[in-house]
Amino acid sequence: MSYVAHDESAFAPPAEVEEVELYHPKTWVGKYVWSQDAKIIAVQYAMTAMGIGLVALVLSWLMRLQLGYPNSFSFIDPSNYLQFVTMHGMIMVIYLLTALFLGGFGNYLIPLMVGARDMVFPYVNMVSYWVYLFAVLLLVASFFVTGGPTGAGWTLYPPQAIAQGTPGATWGIILMLVSLAFFIIGFTMGGLNYVVTVLQARTRGMTMMRLPLTVWGIFMATVLALLAFPALFVSAIMMILDLTLGTSFFMPALVSMGQQSGHSGGNPLLFQHLFWFFGHPEVYIVALPAFGIVSDLLSVHARKNIFGYRMMVWAILAIGALSFIVWAHHMYVSGMNPYFGFFFATTTLIIAVPTAIKVYNWVLTLWRGNIHLTVPMLFAIGFIFTFINGGLTGLFLGNATVSVPLSDTMFVVAHFHMVMAIAPIMVVFGAIYHWYPKITGRMLNDTLGKFHFWVTFVGSYCIYYPMHYLGMMGVPRRYFAIGGTDFIPASAHFVNEWITIAALVVGVVQLVFLYNLISSYFKGKPSGSNPWNATTLEWQTPDTPPKHGNFGATLPVVYRWAYDYSVPGAVEDFIPQNVPPREVAGRNSSKT
Amino acid sequence: MSIFHDLTVKPWLTAQGTVELRDKAAARKLALKVFLAIVTVLFMLLVIAYARRMAYEDWRPSPQLGLLWANTFALVLSSVALQWALFSARRGQTDGMRVAFLAGGAFTVVFLVGQILAWRQLGTMVYFDVTNPAIAFFYLITGLHGLHLLGGLVAWGRTFAKVWGGSDVAKIRHSVELCTLYWHYLLGVWLVLFGLLFSGNNLDILLKLCGIK
Repeated sequence: MSYVAHDESAFAPPAEVEEVELYHPKTWVGKYVWSQDAKIIAVQYAMTAMGIGLVALVLSWLMRLQLGYPNSFSFIDPSNYLQFVTMHGMIMVIYLLTALFLGGFGNYLIPLMVGARDMVFPYVNMVSYWVYLFAVLLLVASFFVTGGPTGAGWTLYPPQAIAQGTPGATWGIILMLVSLAFFIIGFTMGGLNYVVTVLQARTRGMTMMRLPLTVWGIFMATVLALLAFPALFVSAIMMILDLTLGTSFFMPALVSMGQQSGHSGGNPLLFQHLFWFFGHPEVYIVALPAFGIVSDLLSVHARKNIFGYRMMVWAILAIGALSFIVWAHHMYVSGMNPYFGFFFATTTLIIAVPTAIKVYNWVLTLWRGNIHLTVPMLFAIGFIFTFINGGLTGLFLGNATVSVPLSDTMFVVAHFHMVMAIAPIMVVFGAIYHWYPKITGRMLNDTLGKFHFWVTFVGSYCIYYPMHYLGMMGVPRRYFAIGGTDFIPASAHFVNEWITIAALVVGVVQLVFLYNLISSYFKGKPSGSNPWNATTLEWQTPDTPPKHGNFGATLPVVYRWAYDYSVPGAVEDFIPQNVPPREVAGRNSSKT
Repeated sequence: MSIFHDLTVKPWLTAQGTVELRDKAAARKLALKVFLAIVTVLFMLLVIAYARRMAYEDWRPSPQLGLLWANTFALVLSSVALQWALFSARRGQTDGMRVAFLAGGAFTVVFLVGQILAWRQLGTMVYFDVTNPAIAFFYLITGLHGLHLLGGLVAWGRTFAKVWGGSDVAKIRHSVELCTLYWHYLLGVWLVLFGLLFSGNNLDILLKLCGIK
């Protein structure tokens, strides 16, 4: 291949439209609190998400203490335990991972990577964050109301979720549902921004197929979220009405504690369908940004172009589309028609095809690459291992006949933690180590980073590998205590103790990460503008951290895709996206 | 360029930097279209939920309110008025546009008031039973549709301020265009919902065709 066209308009047409004037805040509060700058909003999102994530981490410790050492802690009773399970799940999935990937990384990376000065609607973007914060505060408030937070499990299935006797069935569940509704409203505001910015605000020369895969992943995840969240939104509203006004959308006629409830004629299965119509795409809302980001981490730190770029984009699109027709695989034990189960098992297994394509492409990107085992790279490789492990157990659970006996056992817990908890969080960490220098201008401490990686990675396997065996023995999930159940051998208790110790250790190591984040902000080694020698636009900004407006006086013009690493004949092993062909020709001996 | 073409280019091979350049107006229009896609999913799910519930043996349809015909007529008029405003804006007839735009908003308010009256009518009937899913769905569906129109009225109000404040003609035309699109769309949604709510027990064939019954 050679660049012969020296007419640069062939690569990037001249500007035809004037730039839109940016909003410039005049006060400190306008700049950093009520900020309309996507970069500040991203940090606000990320800090809020990590703050509430720490609460969920502590809840997981409390759960594990009960499971590992039953009856040893007076402050954990069966109701508390169910509340811990519920809040841990909901916070981690929605308020941490969704918010962090889309609100955090989406806000920071989309404008910078597509070459825009900001999101298209900065004001709406700002409101999005504050609505999210309000949703988080509502959720936190539920810890302090009478009866505490809801203990209905993160799936919130009625009739149990709003039936008397379930922890938090009065105020906790209302706060949860209202908080979810606000989260969705806030997200929709942000999501519209992400989609329109990617489609409309790309700089000159940045075609869709020149976008880094990070942007593709976040873009598609946002599309999924925008189309899937309405299902959760309507089900939350319908459940609130069932609870407060006595309607019967989901609530059948019930006799509870000898008393006839006022409901009649509701359909609890309808809720399950609505919930999982949202719930399954939600898995990919978390996974697709991770897929995108990890592709870029692998490519940058292996100094090699991503293998099969187009295939990667198509796979993201295919996974996104398929994720809407697999939801009932979460409901195999709901008494569905076997043909229905067959259909959903088939679609579920079909999703393995584009997913496997991605995994092969990641591995092939590493193959014969110039692999730098930096901290982001370690986390990226850790992700591949974990995702493959979680994906393989997904093949078990996707088959209706295999899934039925494993339903509601610890096997399911182990599976989904591998595939959508540990795997995405590996990417979150990798991404933070990768982009922290751009956000702060300083490097994170490498030694602490490697320590953090190894303990988190090995520790996670200590937690979740044995958990699969517990599940296969039949140990049920969401049980406060298994007591003297005959079919569960005594050794299961030893495994539970082991898992608890590992969970405590992995949790504590996250404090090292937090220490690293804070101390490096003040004392870290200055990073320069492009410490990883990466090609994408966020590393080409005139200032690090980038100032308001991102790119100084003129917007960059893009001449190439995001993956020109180790191009034969080039002087350096990377060519940034905004380097014009004539400069490459000047840099090289003959061709690039 | 077609989507298929966009997705099949080989970015690593040749010079392929053509990007259609866009301005803020195009971005707003796209944002509205994406939002309408979200609204479509929302109402589609409600329609499916309603239809699934209809298929049960114990389905008791909600009584048919004659007032809804009048409300529907008001909403059609509001859509027509906004379309007229858009035509006038495109021809540069400012006065005509102002009157038509105002009429569009006024008919919408009439529709919303009519919907509230319908709510009250149903609430005082002997058929009213909050645990009957048909009744609950009626309030939920009309309520959500009404809320979307209320949100539309906020945008309408901002545009109205521009129209009267003598803003730039191109800007006004653009805002009127977005309002008109939103109103037509919500009219379409309402016609589907209206048909559904008024169908009583007469959708058997459709339910069977969809495999719901």
